[in-house]
Amino acid sequence: MTDLYQAQRTMRSMRQQALQRGVVAILDVGSSKIACLVLRFDGTGRLSEDTSIGSLAGQTGFRVIGAATTRSRGVKFGEVTAMAETERAIRTALQAAQKMAEIRVDHVIVSFSGANPRSYGLDAQVDLEGQVVTEAEIARVMADCDVPEYGAGREVLHAQPVNFALDNRSGLGDPRGQLGQTLSVDMHMLTVDEAAIQNLVHCIKRCDLELAGIASSAYVSGISALVEDEQELGAACIDMGGGSTSISIFMKKHMIFADSIRMGGDHVTSDISMGLGVPMPNAERIKTFCGGVHATGVDDRDMIDIGGDTGDWEHDRRTVSRAELIGIMRPRVEEILEEVRSRLDAAGFDQLPSQQIVLTGGASQIMGLDGLASRILGQRVRLGRPLRVHGLPQSATGPGFASAVGLSLFAAHPQDEWWDFEIPNDRYPAKSFKRAVRWFRDNW
Amino acid sequence: MQQMKQAKSAAYDPSPSRLSYRLQRWMLTPGIRMGLRIIVPFGLTLAIVSIFLSDERRRDALNQFVVELRASIQERPEFMVSLMAIDGAGLNLAQDIREVVPLDFPISSFDLELEQIRQVVTGLDPVKAASVRIRPGGLLQIDVTERRPAVVWRTRDGLAMLDRDGVHVDDIDSRSAQPDLPLIAGAGADKHVAQALQLMASAQPLGKRLRGFVRVGMRRWDVVLDRGQRILLPGDYPVRALERVIVLNQGNDLLERDVVVVDMRLGERPTLRMSSAALEDWWRIRKINGDGQ
Repeated sequence: MTDLYQAQRTMRSMRQQALQRGVVAILDVGSSKIACLVLRFDGTGRLSEDTSIGSLAGQTGFRVIGAATTRSRGVKFGEVTAMAETERAIRTALQAAQKMAEIRVDHVIVSFSGANPRSYGLDAQVDLEGQVVTEAEIARVMADCDVPEYGAGREVLHAQPVNFALDNRSGLGDPRGQLGQTLSVDMHMLTVDEAAIQNLVHCIKRCDLELAGIASSAYVSGISALVEDEQELGAACIDMGGGSTSISIFMKKHMIFADSIRMGGDHVTSDISMGLGVPMPNAERIKTFCGGVHATGVDDRDMIDIGGDTGDWEHDRRTVSRAELIGIMRPRVEEILEEVRSRLDAAGFDQLPSQQIVLTGGASQIMGLDGLASRILGQRVRLGRPLRVHGLPQSATGPGFASAVGLSLFAAHPQDEWWDFEIPNDRYPAKSFKRAVRWFRDNW
Repeated sequence: MQQMKQAKSAAYDPSPSRLSYRLQRWMLTPGIRMGLRIIVPFGLTLAIVSIFLSDERRRDALNQFVVELRASIQERPEFMVSLMAIDGAGLNLAQDIREVVPLDFPISSFDLELEQIRQVVTGLDPVKAASVRIRPGGLLQIDVTERRPAVVWRTRDGLAMLDRDGVHVDDIDSRSAQPDLPLIAGAGADKHVAQALQLMASAQPLGKRLRGFVRVGMRRWDVVLDRGQRILLPGDYPVRALERVIVLNQGNDLLERDVVVVDMRLGERPTLRMSSAALEDWWRIRKINGDGQ
């Protein structure tokens, strides 16, 4: 457990360093595109003078000064499969963003969607030593959590306290300074495959960058696509990306569940490619311009050139009706949504008081998706776009950039995680010099 | 070979090479950026200039070039001054001015120190004020306001003309050169020219008889008339005293009589001094009229 603390704390201190320097890069490594934003932190406060939230939802502490997107290479299902290719793609995106920002960026915060995220709920209860809940007590109760056997080759990505209870009062956000006898905590822990993280970290290192944080894209797209009351009352965010679809459930402004399905928009494209016998770029173009999930009568007569440049005239002049295209796309979209439904059911989403579902991500731009999704997922479905942030170019405001924008919000206002609290004294390894220093400090 | 080329062109790679990526990052580093934008050009310029100037001959050539350039601009006909015009000065004064401002025309207007010329011209005695400017057409215009001589001052050294303020204007050879100016004499008379002029104005009724004014003891005036007559005026209010004498003269023809001195120095006791002949006459007449009273 200590090495986890160490790794995450190193990233935290990197982030502190980056915030002091004022410039940090945001890198969203997706299966279909890699988005890079360069943020400048100008140190303005969260709230405006009249302490209202304002039109930017209070996200005024930073400004996007560089943005670039590039086609992703070597990434499948949100995981790095070809490291050299991924490294090149990251370099491309980062170089373009740096060029736009006209400043060199050394620290980068990364999000990715794949690597089989798995959620665990943890809880612990301790009797307080004194009457007052102190930060040390919180650290103690969190260290007391029973960490489940999440298996070898997995790594904890997020471990956030989502709820504190003091005696019989539950739902405390910040119990510090309150009086009571027993303190209990509920934590949400997200583990991912270690290999995926290591590959990604290696790619970042090869680009001469310092890693200042890693986040799951399920989490960060939830931050940016869900509005504040949805996060408070409970909602699920479905980020439909190219290679994978991530699901996150938020409640009381904390993520309480995250999952990922290894299906996304690229699968729809490959279905079209296979079904119509056209190359992938053509299929992608047809999907974007003509795709849909609801066939109507007029779609039978709406013929689409599917094109090609093989040189064979007959082959290059083929057409299909839009209804056929929809007939190919719809089963796959339905399959994805069914899978989402089953994951949500498994997580117990139907037990939550609020059944709001927000669809975002690049693949959520399929025409008519909200209608189809409301049939499968329930009535309260909406299409979400990321929050507005300062300086974001118009081209990067679409739903495909939900996780990039969410990651910049995450960079500006990170949530407390497990490793942000001091390790209790007795958890330090014996003979540690730090332990001696701490003992000295506590007793003098 | 053919295959490789084709493969290369087919898979166009937009990603930067590691080297170009690093180079770009290096160039975007703030310190390097500033160095390239400011320090390197500055240093380069400094180096080039110092190398160029390190050679004596090149330095001289540069100086020569600058001098020639200056001269070629300054000696354009537009800037040349070929004449000096003096307005408001008499012939003598104009001659003097030409003497004290020795200029070799034509001269460039860049070489003319107008303020200095003005100072020199103003320094001349007969000049009250002067303005110097260069008129279009290459003309150095000097406008002079001359001092007007108001009195002639006779000293042991000779005759001099003074203006109203008692400032020396010019020397003259003889009184007859300026017969219309009043004559004053005596030490310190030049400090009180204005008072002398007031006396002169009051003495108008005396007409031709007036010869001049003499400053006595650097404190008071004597009015000198012909036939050796004098009017001794007090130090204070001399004009009023003179007017009293003139009134007496108009009533009693005082000055027509055989009076040598009219002494007004004590206002409450004016005194007359008669000539010795008149005095003897006076005694004789008293004897005739009856001895004693």
